[in-house]
Amino acid sequence: MIPVSDYYVVASILFAIGAAGFLTRKNLLVMFMSVELMLNAANLVLLAASSTHDLGRGSAFALVSVAVAAAEVGVGLAIIIAMFRLKASVDADEMTNLQG
Amino acid sequence: MSPDIAFLIATLVKIVVIFLLAVHVVPIMVILERRISAWVQFRIGPNRVGPLGLFQPLADLVKFLGKEDFVPAQANKVLFWAAPALTVIPPFLVMSLIPLSPSFDVMGRDVPGVIVDSSIGMVLVLALSSLTVYGIAIGGWASASKYSLLGALRSSAQMISYELALGVSVLAVICVSGTLNLTEIIDQQSQFFGTHAETGNWAGWNIFSQPVAFLVFLVASYAETNRLPFDLPEAESELVGGYHTEYSATKFSLFFMGEYVGMLGMSCLIVILFLGGWHLPGIASLELSQNVFAVVGLMIFMAKVGFFLFLFIQIRWTLPRFRYDQLMTIGWKVLLPIALVNILITGFVVAWS
Amino acid sequence: MDSIIDPALLTRIAFYLFAGMAVVSAIFVVAHRNPIVCAVALVTAFLAVAGLYLTLGATFLTAVQILVYAGAIMVLFLFVIMLLNLESDPFEKPHVARLVGGVLAVALMFGLVSILGGTETTGQTIRDGSTEEVGKIFFGEYIFPFEMASLLLLVAMIGAIVIARRQEGEPASLIGQPGAGAEAASTAGTAGNDGPIGSSNRPEDA
Repeated sequence: MIPVSDYYVVASILFAIGAAGFLTRKNLLVMFMSVELMLNAANLVLLAASSTHDLGRGSAFALVSVAVAAAEVGVGLAIIIAMFRLKASVDADEMTNLQG
Repeated sequence: MSPDIAFLIATLVKIVVIFLLAVHVVPIMVILERRISAWVQFRIGPNRVGPLGLFQPLADLVKFLGKEDFVPAQANKVLFWAAPALTVIPPFLVMSLIPLSPSFDVMGRDVPGVIVDSSIGMVLVLALSSLTVYGIAIGGWASASKYSLLGALRSSAQMISYELALGVSVLAVICVSGTLNLTEIIDQQSQFFGTHAETGNWAGWNIFSQPVAFLVFLVASYAETNRLPFDLPEAESELVGGYHTEYSATKFSLFFMGEYVGMLGMSCLIVILFLGGWHLPGIASLELSQNVFAVVGLMIFMAKVGFFLFLFIQIRWTLPRFRYDQLMTIGWKVLLPIALVNILITGFVVAWS
Repeated sequence: MDSIIDPALLTRIAFYLFAGMAVVSAIFVVAHRNPIVCAVALVTAFLAVAGLYLTLGATFLTAVQILVYAGAIMVLFLFVIMLLNLESDPFEKPHVARLVGGVLAVALMFGLVSILGGTETTGQTIRDGSTEEVGKIFFGEYIFPFEMASLLLLVAMIGAIVIARRQEGEPASLIGQPGAGAEAASTAGTAGNDGPIGSSNRPEDA
């Protein structure tokens, strides 16, 4: 079988790529996508860790995490749309209403 | 021959056969659509090319391949090229999960009539059929045209709205069957109208135990495949052609192929979930050998699927199409509550018996 | 009789295939200029992660990942990108910022890999990730998180509708809005009183 640490390595790489995307891009939507990537990496770690002991509970936990991610995407995209109406842009550097 | 090599060969053969089957349904549907529409409208359809016009799809194919395949100037080349591919792949993936016949008996081994006999088959089917939205949305976007974009957005919104009603109605069937495996769902409908001898569970066709779910699934499947009466996003009089306005020749035929194979997949699902798959009352008592029963089962299955494909075409040419807000109202305010109430009642009945 | 094809080898090949697909599409997500290509790449990444779940044996979560992430969440992303009519990204952070971000991410990756990469996890598997087991858990001991998650989704849905709702006097469609792309004033026909998703101000007919 595949050792669990291999899954951890893949998840770490995905998390790092997501973090790079979040820190590097200015487009709000792409930043949000990077956040989703990081969430998926975390789910992968969760499932990999639970695969050795209790995959059922790990799957349940990951399912709740997926549901929370879905809810968060809904609200986040609504916020982006509202900000777009206000600023006519999805550039993160233009969202300066709170002064920083 | 080791079991793994045999499994590999059997799977490859099944992939080729089912792929060719799905591909060949498209020209059959094309000619049937035109002839049945002509019959509904009291005229004769195409009958010049070959006997009864049966070679008309061949002529259409030659015409399609000869057309100029142009790309709009402002279109994104990569996405424009990728959209038809994204539309046509998920329906074929769905076909790989659908059991078409009982198991064959090849050289002493059981070969099931499905490429992937998955224990989560039903959820995978729903998941893969929801991937069709991408091809349509990106096709509309990449065309760099107002009508295409509007058609694509409307079509995508419609599809994801009706996926809910589709899923919830299937949930009731799964509640009754107790399994997500499509082959097992079929095997639990072996009688026409009766209960299991020992357990007392329902062993007849699910259309009798879940009529509401059947109707909801039927209506939702029309919306999922963008067929009339839900085809506003691609109606000629409304949006010039919707998301495939700017596509010509081969790419357009790929969109068509995706739609027709999607119809095939949905019809197969209706037959599997509600009409007992390949079971027909009286066949089991004939005591056929396994291979003969498999072939007979395949033919019964195809006949039932053919009926629903005919129904798809018939309803297209009979009913007027819905306006878009009516369409969304039906999806969210009519079908979804009905499906939810159905699952509620089903849950109570299953829990208290 | 020994089988010629080793199932462990097949799982390993599948693992490397899906892992490679996930990493490559993740790089496309963060590096490409066009947001739509980024979204499609993210769909591919999600499908690859679903494949990784399958190699782990979590069959239920494979289906859920494709159904929810690839089938619903990314469609939402795609909708928003199309509604906002975003062109290829002209936004570029200054080089220093990108360099620092990249270095930090690489450092993060090395740190994580060094901490997690060598762990030895052993144990007895007491439950598998099939649908029946997850169902028993959700309707057994995890019934409260289950109901909370559904309540959370309801609240998020209401919140999203309220936040993204049109204010009084705004045109329904963002397509053709100034600053929303090249087609600003010439195609004002779509900025009428019917947005692409249908007007919510129309009186009920049926």
